[in-house]
Amino acid sequence: MESTLSHSYLAEVFISLKPVVNDPEGLSIRAGLHSLGYTGVESVRAGKYLRLTVSATSMDEAEAEVARMCEQLLANPVMETFRVKLTALADH
Amino acid sequence: MRFGVVIFPGSNGDHDALSAVELGLGDEVVPIWHKDRSVDHVDALLIPGGFSYGDYLRAGAIARFSPIMDAVSDFANQGGPVLGICNGFQILTEAHLLPGALLRNGSLHFVCTWVHVRVETDRTPFTADIDPGSVLRLPIAHGQGRYFVTPEQYDDLIKNDQIVFRYSDARGEVHDDHNPNASVDHIAGVSNVRGNVVGLMPHPERAYDLGVGGEDGLRVLRAARQSVLQAVRA
Repeated sequence: MESTLSHSYLAEVFISLKPVVNDPEGLSIRAGLHSLGYTGVESVRAGKYLRLTVSATSMDEAEAEVARMCEQLLANPVMETFRVKLTALADH
Repeated sequence: MRFGVVIFPGSNGDHDALSAVELGLGDEVVPIWHKDRSVDHVDALLIPGGFSYGDYLRAGAIARFSPIMDAVSDFANQGGPVLGICNGFQILTEAHLLPGALLRNGSLHFVCTWVHVRVETDRTPFTADIDPGSVLRLPIAHGQGRYFVTPEQYDDLIKNDQIVFRYSDARGEVHDDHNPNASVDHIAGVSNVRGNVVGLMPHPERAYDLGVGGEDGLRVLRAARQSVLQAVRA
């Protein structure tokens, strides 16, 4: 009956603007780095980082559920893409 | 004729909208709380500006899930006139009632000033009696107003005559010196395919009397009244 037990997972969600979307925030951070002397910085893209703790019966289920959350609310598919990284947390 | 103004936690243009209809237009207007579930009692809806839910995550992203939004969608899908102003525009794009998205201004600055917009179509209830090419002077106040659509969506906007307002100079000329937020193709407002749902970043409801700096915004509200009354007569 292992599969019906729920476990905790840490879902890290990385949201970034699509490559075709101009990112003035990233450009001005790059300008700041250049003015500090980091002239080797070729590009900067700004984005969002979210940490969710979710309970699910398996890592696959957790991953599918977080992907749905991204599509419905966390990211806007018109302008953003997302990536999810999952880690199993120790059961308490 | 009765207008409704939907109020979310964090709306700040709601009283401007109520005043514009009541004092500027002289029509009846009712506030509609975001927890209400019906808009049956109104003829046209205004979704006002502000910072609904603190603009957390993305501007308009959380407001889209307010209880009232199902009724707003139904009203829109039945052809009811809906105008989203500033944050209201952002909410309507997040709710997929309008195409595209609104990104941080190109300059990264919050812009608060008066601009000119050119009316591009008289196909919508909010521009119905305004000749295309007319120039309106309206205030803007936003940090995230850079209109963005994918190239495919842009083609659809052109094909379906969905661009309603473009930023311009006082004579109606469109050029890069007059694009306050770096929007795609100087777009200040768009409609859905049907034309009954319109969103724009400028604030017509803050331009309803010379005493507040201008009255061009009244033309937008008056057009909506005209359209509703004509629809009733037809």
